[in-house]
Amino acid sequence: MFQGYVLSLTIWVPIAFGIAVLVIGNDKNPMPARWTALVGSLLGLAVGLPLWTGFQPVADMQFTEMIPWIARFNVNYHLGVDGISMPLILLNSLMTIMVVVAHWEVITDKVSQYLAAFLIMSGLINGAFASLDAILFYVFFEAMLIPMFLIIGVWGGPNRVYAAVKFFLYTLLGSLLMLASFIYLYWQTNGSFEILDFHRVPLGETAQKLIFLAMFMSFAVKVPMWPVHTWLPDAHVEAPTGGSVILAAITLKIGGYGFLRFNLPITPDASHYFDLFMVTLSLVAVVYIGLVALVQADMKKLIAYSSISHMGFVTLGFFIFNANGMLGGIVQMLSHGFISAAMFLCVGVLYDRVHSRMIADYGGVANKMPVFAAFFVFFAMANSGLPGTSGFVGEFMVIMGTIKVNFWWAFLAATTLIFGAAYTLWMVKRVVYGAVANDHVAALQDVNKRELVFLAVLAVLVLWMGLQPKPFTDVINPTIQELLRHVGQSKLG
Amino acid sequence: MNTATFSLSTMAPAVPEIVLALLIFTLMIVDLTLRDEDRHVTYWLTLLSLVGTAVLCCFTIGRASVVTFQGMFVSDVMSQVLKAATLLTVAATLLLGRSYLEARRLLSGEFMCLALFGALGMMIMISAHHFLTLYLGLELMALSQYATVSLQRDSVRATEAGMKYFVLGALSSGLLLYGLSMIYGATGSLELTRVAYAIEHGQAQQALAVFGLVFVVAGVAFKLGAAPFHMWIPDVYHGAATPATLIVGAAPKIATFAFIMRLLANGLQGMTADWQQMLAVLAVASIALGNVVAIAQTNLKRMLAYSTISHMGFLALGIMAGTDNGYSSAMFYLITYVVMTLGSFGMILLLARSGFEAEEISDFKGLNQKSKWYAFVMLVLMFSLTGLPPTAGFFAKLAVLQAAWESGFGGIVVFAVLMSVIGAFYYLRIVKVMYMDAPAGEITIDGRADTRWTLTAMALITLILGIVPGPLMDLCVRAITAAM
Repeated sequence: MFQGYVLSLTIWVPIAFGIAVLVIGNDKNPMPARWTALVGSLLGLAVGLPLWTGFQPVADMQFTEMIPWIARFNVNYHLGVDGISMPLILLNSLMTIMVVVAHWEVITDKVSQYLAAFLIMSGLINGAFASLDAILFYVFFEAMLIPMFLIIGVWGGPNRVYAAVKFFLYTLLGSLLMLASFIYLYWQTNGSFEILDFHRVPLGETAQKLIFLAMFMSFAVKVPMWPVHTWLPDAHVEAPTGGSVILAAITLKIGGYGFLRFNLPITPDASHYFDLFMVTLSLVAVVYIGLVALVQADMKKLIAYSSISHMGFVTLGFFIFNANGMLGGIVQMLSHGFISAAMFLCVGVLYDRVHSRMIADYGGVANKMPVFAAFFVFFAMANSGLPGTSGFVGEFMVIMGTIKVNFWWAFLAATTLIFGAAYTLWMVKRVVYGAVANDHVAALQDVNKRELVFLAVLAVLVLWMGLQPKPFTDVINPTIQELLRHVGQSKLG
Repeated sequence: MNTATFSLSTMAPAVPEIVLALLIFTLMIVDLTLRDEDRHVTYWLTLLSLVGTAVLCCFTIGRASVVTFQGMFVSDVMSQVLKAATLLTVAATLLLGRSYLEARRLLSGEFMCLALFGALGMMIMISAHHFLTLYLGLELMALSQYATVSLQRDSVRATEAGMKYFVLGALSSGLLLYGLSMIYGATGSLELTRVAYAIEHGQAQQALAVFGLVFVVAGVAFKLGAAPFHMWIPDVYHGAATPATLIVGAAPKIATFAFIMRLLANGLQGMTADWQQMLAVLAVASIALGNVVAIAQTNLKRMLAYSTISHMGFLALGIMAGTDNGYSSAMFYLITYVVMTLGSFGMILLLARSGFEAEEISDFKGLNQKSKWYAFVMLVLMFSLTGLPPTAGFFAKLAVLQAAWESGFGGIVVFAVLMSVIGAFYYLRIVKVMYMDAPAGEITIDGRADTRWTLTAMALITLILGIVPGPLMDLCVRAITAAM
């Protein structure tokens, strides 16, 4: 009976539970809030499962819902998913559960507000992925800033306020320019905010270039692409573990998603015009940021830079305009969602025990936490793109796609397999192996059942996607083919 | 003019004004007989008068436009809606200010009567259809407000603010009158329809009319507080007792909007191209100056004053579009702006107590630890002023920006959008202070239920208008269509 409202449920169930958590929240006894949040996040995923089971592998928008919202501007509550957005919605719902489980004994200050922020954000993110109306998308996209600002600023590390404000203003600048281009498109389409109408409307060359740049500002900041990436390491380092997980696993993907949903189909000619520019920025991110990651002394910063480098693959894949690259980019987004979340959770496990993120404060952790060490090494391998893990699939496809276009681009991109392995494994070596470094490490306890659960779930997903990517690619492929066909047609005439 | 026979029915469109005037006179007499400790009777009667008249106005919404008193007075959907909004705004101002006024012994018959006379002036402005009624309403409003600001006799800051307000206000009235007299000279009439007719049919002396227009726009910009005629805003907002700031800062904006609509959009419609350029300059200057200077403020009232300047710039953006789309967008912007202003100054009133003004930004430190709800209220208001969804402020900005874009002001739209990123910084600072800082001093929330519930209502209205803005937008479209 809820068949027609699956997407609405994935949006509003977490938000409703988030508000409920706020209402029943009690700082002295956080348990009811915690359990409500857990139920809410589990239910949030459960209501989204029909998206996976009922999805038809075609390019059309599915599970659509359409209710007029603001008649005056012809804005509709128009939802729908295709092969790009559907997996991202499920990824987000899953990660929300991870965040709720991960916070359990760790966050003790203002627990209900913390959980409510994540649940509400989860709903908003699903809304952004599911919106087919530009204003609806914008509302979700911007509203997301509010809980994230609070998550970083209230529960983060010592320099949290700086990081939160930087995050907020960077993102706002980009998205307001996007709003201006929406308004332009609204008048070009004679009064429609439908994203699919934007896809069809013919646009002149200058207009396309300007719109491309405005939207580029918005999504490049989110991805983040070099050189507008500088907010990310700050935000990650200062955010609580849950905040880092959602930032890395989900909010960065909104940037990638934005390129696919807005830039490529709305401004195909400008996308071709700027392809070299995009590829260059992506390769700089892959190579240069990979090198930057190598010298980090802080584990979270290292993973943050590694995220930027991996997201470089995503944008590279999108702007070489072939099926391998684009499919690889999307697979890489999903895989990075799993792996980066797992890496941040691993660092969180260590941080909760020792209260340090510095690599130098660790050494010989394997002696005291063998189970944890096994997971950490496994995820590190996945992060450096070991075949058999999901990290390999996306990177390999992007390199395959790139090599058809330009050998040297592919060569530069492939260096990540070396750099990625270098920075990740070197960090693991210094943290996990060797002799027990100090008393803090000597006092470490291995992972408990709660931590085991979330690490194991992510490990299974990383392996599943690495060994059997076909279910994922089958879902994505028809949409990609359609998108490539669309991007191949000029809008100028 | 010999057809002007007196008949009671010609007065029907002005019934709300007449009722309010009678109520004010009654109230003044009742107040004389009250002892000091019974002053709350005056307060409640004032609220009753305001709400009663507002209800009366609401009942008239939807009636056809009527021009009466030989073309002096008009009653249309726009005037009905704006009058109801004005009266309710004044009522909300009094509700929010009650505890503050009581603690400072300002809850007097004088304050209430001046507020009511101000409201009456605004109603006349809103319904004016003739330069003379426009000016009479404006002066009735302004004189009551000069007195309201200076009412706190023992405060040097308040009397200084009152003085500045008076001098600059008189100057702007002078400019306005001078401009109106020029237009009279050019067109030969004071009545709006005839002025419009004369201009559109080329019967007016173009040079003289444009000359007058410059002064009229300057006078209006003064009243609105748009840069470069904004100088009085920060000082008056800061110096006046906070409820008096609201009396000056909230409802009069509604009346001034109506004033602009009648004067520029109706009367001087034929000169749209001329005043569009002037408003464009005002809008750009206000948005830039308001947003940039607000960053440097440590006093919340001054910060909100500069934020007002930038918001008036956005309002001018909508009016400058010069289309029904633009006017109705500006009207929506105006109503949401008034709600946000009431809320944000209401927060200052809530935290103030006897001997403590709570008007420094640092006074809001750690509010979330004291009261989650009121911290959330302020969060909603600040993000709404920023223009972030899902709050009313976002749709207000969207509306005026799309209207300005439609009329070909794309460059100004992009400029305004970039400036609002700067604006975001200082609103964000308030949120940061409330949620991320430890409390500096003791925060007490012992305002009366009147203040607390009104404040809650303002936050909820801001949120609800951010989720379902449709009905109010449609009402604004109806109002503007009827008025044009």
